[in-house]
Amino acid sequence: MKEAKTTDYAVAGLPIRGLGGLTKRIIPCLDIKDGRTVKGINFENIRDAGDPVELGALYAKQGADELVFLDITATVEKRKTLSELVNRISHKINIPFTVGGGISSVEDVSVLLQNGADKISVNTAAYKNPQLLNALSKEFGSQCVVLAIDTKQEEDGEWYVYLNGGRTKTETKCFDWAKEAVDRGAGEILLTSMNNDGTKKGFALDITEKLSASLPVPVIASGGGGTMEHFTDVFEQGKADAALAASIFHFKEITIPDLKGYLREKGVIVRI
Amino acid sequence: MVLKIVKYNAGNTQSVLFALERIGVQAEVTDDIEELQFADKVIFPGVGEASTAMRYLRERKLDKVIKDLKQPVLGVCLGLQLMCDSSEENETECLGIFNIRVKKFTPAAKETSTLKVPQVGWNNIYDKKTSLFSDLTSDYCYFVHSYYAPLSENTIATADYVIPFSAALNKDNFYGVQFHAEKSADAGEKILKNFLEL
Repeated sequence: MKEAKTTDYAVAGLPIRGLGGLTKRIIPCLDIKDGRTVKGINFENIRDAGDPVELGALYAKQGADELVFLDITATVEKRKTLSELVNRISHKINIPFTVGGGISSVEDVSVLLQNGADKISVNTAAYKNPQLLNALSKEFGSQCVVLAIDTKQEEDGEWYVYLNGGRTKTETKCFDWAKEAVDRGAGEILLTSMNNDGTKKGFALDITEKLSASLPVPVIASGGGGTMEHFTDVFEQGKADAALAASIFHFKEITIPDLKGYLREKGVIVRI
Repeated sequence: MVLKIVKYNAGNTQSVLFALERIGVQAEVTDDIEELQFADKVIFPGVGEASTAMRYLRERKLDKVIKDLKQPVLGVCLGLQLMCDSSEENETECLGIFNIRVKKFTPAAKETSTLKVPQVGWNNIYDKKTSLFSDLTSDYCYFVHSYYAPLSENTIATADYVIPFSAALNKDNFYGVQFHAEKSADAGEKILKNFLEL
């Protein structure tokens, strides 16, 4: 008897019996400043592309699996703006979303979760105070703690952790930090390759694969997605559980329905 | 219709409340015994750890109250698991509505890098029974969980992760969904609407 392959089911859109029908996730990322989306965004179909709630709702309707809102202001006095925005998002949007940017304490997270965020992401603050990851996972559960890592491959071939939005280099290797973070309670890793970010030449497959194959938590690949093929590569070769991108979606270079249709044709299990 | 959400020390009550608001339904979060008893429908949400949640419910005598409810009750995620007999999660005795022992996902060693625990993301539900699943436009629902209810005579929807498991359960007036209906896009909203029409 011929054994059914995962890809046969995926192409037919049938449930994957016995093999694990969990889909690969496509996640648009929205950068927020003072409660507004940044980067010129090219959308005709919504009234206000600068409104993160409207843009997020549009992506949700198109079939995005989750959303990430990254607050790049993230100063103390703006925090109230962020929690109000999160509250508006959770009233309007019916898929899970993560909020990141400047989060450094249990109190910060508590406010965001109470306003309806499903997950939060921490980056520099967790590196400087790793105990934060233990505290957050104990208080709220690992499922809502995403560790964001900005990493860069240096000339020695090693991937190092960078902080402060990529401005500050550390001597810590990406894999070591990711492993420690998972041991401390991070429930997911959002991995951004600085070498690839903005290049549209594809995701960093090797480091993504290394983390994803070695760590017991999902890895979201970020940075470099420019064509639909890049997404197939990061799921198949990079073993990523999810892929995140920003400008290719914002500028409609690739739409989510087109991307998912392509992935399904290629045998990647996606939600359509 | 009076709709109440059980208030206890577990997350996602806000998300459930917001989801209901999106479909135009007012609900209140309460741990008041009489309010729960006299509601037309009750939602029992939950994100968190089983033993901590059960301890809280017992201290407030909500365990017996929930078990004795006669109106339609919908458990979500941890809510579904707590409606079972017991859970492997810290060896917790639960409400005993469904005669099921909740187990932890244990992928084979060669599969641990592909089948991660918890399961996080969208999975397909199939073999759907009851009007809870009427007229869905999609069968994908959003899951976040490390423990699962094995298939049983109460299973009314199945999903596969590591092994086939109960995506939803039903017995008499009690319903439970393992996925987060409140975060499962249009499909989830339809399931909530269907529950409200039971």
